[in-house]
Amino acid sequence: MNAASAIPTVELNRNRAEESRPVRIAVKDLNFYYGSFHGLKDVSINFNDRQVTALIGPSGCGKSTLLRCFNRIYSLYPEQRAEGEILLDGENILASSVDLNDLRSRIGMVFQKPTPFPMSIYDNVAFGLRLYEKLPKAELDVRVEESLRKAALWDEVKDKLRQAGTGLSGGQQQRLCIARTVAQRPEVILFDEPTSALDPISTGRIEELIEQLRDEFTIVIVTHNMQQAARISQFTAFMYLGQLVEFGPTNRMFMNPAERRTQDYITGRFG
Amino acid sequence: MDASSTIPSTRSTAPRRGRVRPGRRIADRSLRVACASATFVGALVLGSILVMLIVEGVRGFTPALFANPTPGPGSEGGGIANAILGSLVLTGIGIVIATPVGVMAGTFLAEYGRGSKLAALIRFLNDILLSAPSILIGLFVYTLMVRPMGTYSGWAGGVALAIIAVPVIVRTTEDMLRLVPGTLREAGAALGAPPSKVIMSVTWRAASAGIVTGIILALARIAGETAPLLFTALNNNSWFSPDLMGGVANLPVMIYQFALSPYPNWQGLAWAGALLITGSILALSIVARFVIKPQTAR
Repeated sequence: MNAASAIPTVELNRNRAEESRPVRIAVKDLNFYYGSFHGLKDVSINFNDRQVTALIGPSGCGKSTLLRCFNRIYSLYPEQRAEGEILLDGENILASSVDLNDLRSRIGMVFQKPTPFPMSIYDNVAFGLRLYEKLPKAELDVRVEESLRKAALWDEVKDKLRQAGTGLSGGQQQRLCIARTVAQRPEVILFDEPTSALDPISTGRIEELIEQLRDEFTIVIVTHNMQQAARISQFTAFMYLGQLVEFGPTNRMFMNPAERRTQDYITGRFG
Repeated sequence: MDASSTIPSTRSTAPRRGRVRPGRRIADRSLRVACASATFVGALVLGSILVMLIVEGVRGFTPALFANPTPGPGSEGGGIANAILGSLVLTGIGIVIATPVGVMAGTFLAEYGRGSKLAALIRFLNDILLSAPSILIGLFVYTLMVRPMGTYSGWAGGVALAIIAVPVIVRTTEDMLRLVPGTLREAGAALGAPPSKVIMSVTWRAASAGIVTGIILALARIAGETAPLLFTALNNNSWFSPDLMGGVANLPVMIYQFALSPYPNWQGLAWAGALLITGSILALSIVARFVIKPQTAR
């Protein structure tokens, strides 16, 4: 539980960025509109494979908007649209020919508030697996257990898999949502302020979990908490008023930001 | 940060003498009296109806009531077994037709038609149907089914009751689905589930208690409807027959006809039927409350 109990100091040496990792997601000249409101302006940014990239910035700066482009979840709302290119392994996922359900099975998302479905813990995790794969019961059991273990929840729920997912505590619910996402074996996991509704201990557990998941998945996390960004990410992007202000290895961003606005935000002069 | 909200107040919260104008106190007291007496009047009217029903109806509550069909005019004895069975069948047909139609339409309004003009129009028409006089619905089904078929029928009665139940179910289904947080739908979509899958496995489940409550309330509503049955199922003094292509006895129309008759035996049976139907609706409403409880407690 070291991450939770740590006094919020920037721990910089633990998470050295590996710039040699290949680019997994490349964003090129992305513009986003909520109706007539221009939410993202010419954003271009690369996300490296199996690294954690944190998106930081004041409320309304567009960091969640950017995150919601990667799985095109915004397309649930007809008045929202994105222009530009987002290449996932070289394929433009904003193209109209992309199958949204297929895309979303490759890019998982964990939300700010835990969103357990009104069904048992087991069925919550199996939900995504049952969508596309017809797995025999025994194999489904294995995949559910494996996912719950990866989400560090197995020991707490192994005796009550048939109980309602909504009966768990907030932190457990969030780990259940992570298990549900991990079960689909996605390539990328998006976290939208995953700990802002949780207590410090649950927050610490989720942060440890994200560090472990980095071995297997490319992770993008939106956070309001700069210490969190410093603790768990290898790369940090600072956004302001719909624009990408600065992007680089987390160490450099926090120790030696190039932009004045980044420094002002990181040192708490505005935000 | 508002500093005053974090510092505990040291001021006494006890009312200070002389701070409140006497006029304010009088106004407060009179409003309280006015509200209490209005409540009392309402409860008194309802209570006297119930007491009257129980006093008059309980006398007819004999085993014969549930064992025999309605007697002929002026004759003694008999029961209302055929009307009870008929009412069960008619409300059954009504709710079986209305539930899928109502739930689907409510789902369309809440899930697919959000913000569309078509949905707004349907919602408006549904609200009109919700408050339409039920006799009009009886006449509508009379023209639609009874006239062309040349006979009053149980089917026509069931359809008329269904038309009354549909708007109730549409409205509650839509309201309950709207209470389901949007993030739950997003979470379903984010796993790659198509909208139909999200609706059937996530949103319906999350709103199930509310939707079931709406169906039970619709059931309670149509169980006591008289006007739509006068023109459709009408009545039948013989035993219930499984052939629904003729008139079917039912409690509301039986009560209507027997209560207006000059025969004391018929009047007694009408009282007993009225008590039975009121008791059933009361029971349904209580069940509906229990169904909705676990959801609101969460």
